[in-house]
Amino acid sequence: MPIVPKIMKQGRLAPFYYLAPALLIMFIFIVYPTFNTLVLSFTNKSGTASAATVCVAGQPCWGVFDDYRYAFTSPEMLIALRNNALWLILMVPATVAIGLIFALLADRVRYESLAKSIIFMPMAISFIGAGVIWRFVYYVNTSGGAQIGLLDAILVKLGFQPVAWLSDPRINNFALMIVGLWLWAGFCMTILSAAVKGLPSEVLEAARVDGAGEWQVFWTIMLPMILPTIIVVTTTLVINILKIFDIVFVMTNGNFGTEVIANRMFQLIVTDVGKSSAIAVVLILLTIPVMIFNVRRFRAEEAAR
Amino acid sequence: MNPLAKLNTFFNRIPLHLAVVVMCLLWVIPTVGLFITSFRSRQAVRESGWWTVFGSQPVVGQSEYNTYCASCHGADGKEIANADLSDPAVLAKYVRAINMLVYLRDPAQGHPQLTNPPLPSNATEAQSILAPILTYMGTLAGQKNTTGQLTLDNYLDALVGYKGTANYASDCANKVPSTLAIYNCNASDLLNQAGMGRAFINTIIVAIPATLLPIFFGALAAYAFAWLDFKGRHWMFALLVGLQIVPLQMVLVPIARLYVTLGIQSTFLAIWLFHTGFGLPYAIYLMRNFISSLPREIFESVYLDGANHWVAFRSMALPLAMPAIASLGIFQFLWVWNDFLVAKVFLTNKPVLTVQITNLIDPLGNNWNILTGAAFLSFLLPMIVFFVFQRYFARGLLSGSVKG
Repeated sequence: MPIVPKIMKQGRLAPFYYLAPALLIMFIFIVYPTFNTLVLSFTNKSGTASAATVCVAGQPCWGVFDDYRYAFTSPEMLIALRNNALWLILMVPATVAIGLIFALLADRVRYESLAKSIIFMPMAISFIGAGVIWRFVYYVNTSGGAQIGLLDAILVKLGFQPVAWLSDPRINNFALMIVGLWLWAGFCMTILSAAVKGLPSEVLEAARVDGAGEWQVFWTIMLPMILPTIIVVTTTLVINILKIFDIVFVMTNGNFGTEVIANRMFQLIVTDVGKSSAIAVVLILLTIPVMIFNVRRFRAEEAAR
Repeated sequence: MNPLAKLNTFFNRIPLHLAVVVMCLLWVIPTVGLFITSFRSRQAVRESGWWTVFGSQPVVGQSEYNTYCASCHGADGKEIANADLSDPAVLAKYVRAINMLVYLRDPAQGHPQLTNPPLPSNATEAQSILAPILTYMGTLAGQKNTTGQLTLDNYLDALVGYKGTANYASDCANKVPSTLAIYNCNASDLLNQAGMGRAFINTIIVAIPATLLPIFFGALAAYAFAWLDFKGRHWMFALLVGLQIVPLQMVLVPIARLYVTLGIQSTFLAIWLFHTGFGLPYAIYLMRNFISSLPREIFESVYLDGANHWVAFRSMALPLAMPAIASLGIFQFLWVWNDFLVAKVFLTNKPVLTVQITNLIDPLGNNWNILTGAAFLSFLLPMIVFFVFQRYFARGLLSGSVKG
């Protein structure tokens, strides 16, 4: 924060006029409803009475926390939690790695900006549109006739049986993650590419002159220097993947074992306010560590200014 | 460098070029596939993959004709004198597959017209085989085969949201009753509730205010955080950094209930306000960072000239912050344009593009042609924005991608 010059006098209420509209809107649309959702997560289907009132004697019940029993123990939520974990463990590192690899490779060719535009382009279109593009790639024709989906057409051409990419529970989660990777790799690439270009070339040159191979330069010099950027990119991706919704909704709607937290929450918005709110609370609890991390990073940056 | 060394460098770099080019191809092929498909006829989409447009085109319906008809009608369709299948008059008489089925099932001159294997007894299945046969009869009769040709029918069908068994233009031309019941077959159909044309207009109505409002309120607050002195300036701004990450999901239920209480559910006002609320933390953050990095001497000098804060904001901060405002505007516009969840929840009876696409999806994959057209209609504006303002877009994305 810059220090305000003493010469710029202000009326006592001036800050209020500038801030009030924005603060009011943010309070109504973010702060208040966040706490309201927390309250609703302890209520029944319609949000009118305590969640404890739906308890039936002899059935398992967590009293006022009963919506959280659903959020943590119901079969569909267990699948959703498992899938979100899979996305975080597999898709996030893979996307960051591919983004970094492409940033490094494209840096060395003359058609860099064209190549980077191609990888970055999916970021401009809607996830719903991307879902349509990939539904077509994964489409399997089970009623005879030619395969018009690209992947199955290739498989059939090579003499294999067509695969139901989106409904076979052994592979459909990975099929969806590929779509996520396709969408987000360009984002990782763009930011990491900027970081790589910002590295002081004298340091890299000095290492090369001293006889270090490209591989060694990468591991011992580049990687440590761009590590802070890699962490920023990873946390950004983590936040977005925790909330992953559109891709799953449009491609499988959470069927065949592909359910995710945000889709479960969406499905219950109208039918069960309590459970839907409890799932939303789970989601924000998962994002809080990243929130704290970001605020800390911001304060460190401010201190360094 | 001598030529040999040059050649050596060239060969050394082949794996690098190969890796970059292969990856670009992998990234672009899914989109190109859908794009090519969007110009293919409904029948062509169902029968063959988009990549076949690059090879020689098989004659549509020939294989079906050879299986079911050739043994009695001959390869040219002229075998039976009074049932000449290459006669345009016969074709004109039985335009629709179901009529042709009746005709072909009736033995002419004691000759069976359809041979082994018999057509499926199920009428729908039989029709799906007869449709390409009809096309092939047209080819035999010397009519031009349009199946393999590229067409804009898919875009027209998507614009009006037409889900019939043939396409909108031909059904309108043939005055198919079920079409006339819903469509006027003139330009007014572009506003059909089920179509992408209407959705396009809805999306524009949503996106423009939802981009301008957060920029306006955000700029005011950003100026205050940068150049006004007040209590709590630091912790409020830190809180703002945290607010950027609050998931949309956390507020959907209470806001939906609030809108019902206020009676503004499913109005444009409702969705503008929501996008403004969720756009503000990032808008303020981005603009504050930019405005506070402007040299303080500028502000001191305007102030010495007798200007107050409002003048400094309007004549200095706003114009100088234009690069940041452009990045923010493009980011927020595309975010709103591509949003699905907020529109799905808060704008239930005014579908935007993304919502309309999901309305058009057929789980069985019977209307890929409409879907391809619909998808690219929704990409049109983002693609233009992306290629024209790529620099700003990348910058906006750098710090705002955790929004919502």
